[in-house]
Amino acid sequence: MNERAVMCENVVKTYGSGDSSVYALKGVDFTANFSELMMIVGPSGCGKTTLLSVLCGTLRIDSGRIVVFGNDLATMKQHRVTAFRGANVGFIFQQFNLVPHWTALENVSVPLLINGKSRRAAEAAAAAVLDEVGLGNRIGSYPAELSGGQQQRVAIARALVHDPRLIICDEPTASLDAASGHKVLELLRASACRNDRCVIVVTHDSRIFDFADRIAEMEDGLVKAVHNKGEYRQLYV
Amino acid sequence: MWRLALKMLYGDRAKFAMLICGLGFCALLMTQQSSVFCGIMMWTTALIRNVNVPIWVADAKVEQANESVPMRDIEVNRVKSVAGVEWAVPLYISQLQARLNDGSFQAIQLTGLDTTTLIGRPAKITSGKLEDLRLPNAVFVDQVAIEKFHRKGQDLSIGSTFEINDKEARVVGTCEVDRSFFGQPYIYTTYDRALEYAPPQRKQLNFVLAKPREGVDGKSLAQQISKLHGLRAITQDDFFWQTIWWYVKNTGIPISFGTVVLLGIVVGVAIAGQTFYLFVHENVRFMAALKAMGARTRTLAGMVFLQAITVGLTGYGLGVGAAAIFGHAVIKKGQPPFFMTPQILIFTGVVILFICCLSAIIGLIKVVRAEPAMVFK
Repeated sequence: MNERAVMCENVVKTYGSGDSSVYALKGVDFTANFSELMMIVGPSGCGKTTLLSVLCGTLRIDSGRIVVFGNDLATMKQHRVTAFRGANVGFIFQQFNLVPHWTALENVSVPLLINGKSRRAAEAAAAAVLDEVGLGNRIGSYPAELSGGQQQRVAIARALVHDPRLIICDEPTASLDAASGHKVLELLRASACRNDRCVIVVTHDSRIFDFADRIAEMEDGLVKAVHNKGEYRQLYV
Repeated sequence: MWRLALKMLYGDRAKFAMLICGLGFCALLMTQQSSVFCGIMMWTTALIRNVNVPIWVADAKVEQANESVPMRDIEVNRVKSVAGVEWAVPLYISQLQARLNDGSFQAIQLTGLDTTTLIGRPAKITSGKLEDLRLPNAVFVDQVAIEKFHRKGQDLSIGSTFEINDKEARVVGTCEVDRSFFGQPYIYTTYDRALEYAPPQRKQLNFVLAKPREGVDGKSLAQQISKLHGLRAITQDDFFWQTIWWYVKNTGIPISFGTVVLLGIVVGVAIAGQTFYLFVHENVRFMAALKAMGARTRTLAGMVFLQAITVGLTGYGLGVGAAAIFGHAVIKKGQPPFFMTPQILIFTGVVILFICCLSAIIGLIKVVRAEPAMVFK
């Protein structure tokens, strides 16, 4: 299966208005396919995070098209985009964004609760996913009681628990040591291998480039090049 | 999500404690001060409640229960002559000095009841028989008299004596009545003997107490009586509220209590508003993450309101509870006066909820404005 899961056409996004406006995306074309782990790399300020935000509908674009699983996010109403995100997108953030007063189990069950599942069903599913990521024995732990790697695994469990088709990761290994980073990417890789899924990772971390199927290289608000597996490392690293 | 919203709230123990302390203090100030205010207002109407008759007739210039302009004794018969009056009796009420056995003085409210019927009698007799008031020099004393005389070294009980205006007064019984506004003890005797105790004046009748015949409306009968030259009749309810309004309008009591209540509200808004805003501010990143994960704004709004209302109700419960404990303690002593009405509880609850909703709305603006994309920054 090599169909397009995500497609951007000539996407423009500016911040601010008038003379002070700044172009973050200057007509980006980008695709990510099903069962693909796609990485987006580039220098700071090149628009990676903005691209990630518009791909999952957390930011509105000024012009262009964003089609995710056949849905044009640019033309959808905001509440539909929110519902679409809830059902189809899983998030892994650089700072984990785990609520400190909720246990690992509670943090992981949130996407299911948002999608209307009962507490009992949500917690049962969350416990199963935590078990899959190797934290079955830490379901009652609070984030402060977990190491950085364990917290990121909780975040991965939270991103996977509602079985989303698109997983968005923003610098998932930035706060982790090499071993933890590899463990996280292995988990993501395993989840991306499923046919109906797509994983998009924004990263600066060259240690994890080998996990990517393709790498989109961004510069100055544009996708400069897309490299197949291994090409990017040969060129730059 | 609601349970998790509450866990988020309880998890930040310092802020939660600060919030409930602020709101609790606000509720305590409002409830306690309003209850003391109502207690004072109840004191102003103690005479009306102690005497408890349907219609009061006084001089036309009398505005409230604690002032009296003496009338001629003949006014009793004039009132009796009005069609629809079942009975009309005189009432003497005046401030006098009682002289204790050791020579010290105590201000008293001497109350003279109609000698034949003893209408206006105290509702709770704690010792003796009220009919004994017809014995020579007989008086009944209330609990305040017992307390105040005791403080001055004289214990009052049946058989005790003291002097009023150089005439002997012999205690034949004791009673419990509502305290007067001025805090002076009530000494009950018959109307005729009250006139003997009182310094001689041309006019000595303070009030005429009346009751309408069965089927006659009290208000219309009061209007009829008021047509008599120089008299003003008023129903018990109207007299009660008129007395309260007189004190509200003509004294600084409502302003001083109102200022403290307002201070309570300001403290509540300042502490609760700021702390809740800080709480939301610190959690806005998590709220934005929930938004990114698909939580609708109304779900987040519900979470914020639930948190605000929870701290509000907890603070309200603590504040009102503390005020009730205060009230329970002081009611036994009799002062300061404390009268907690359901309206005070409702008013305090509404103000606390208003403060919480205001805080929630301020916090919610931040949550609504939070871009879900901020979680990537």
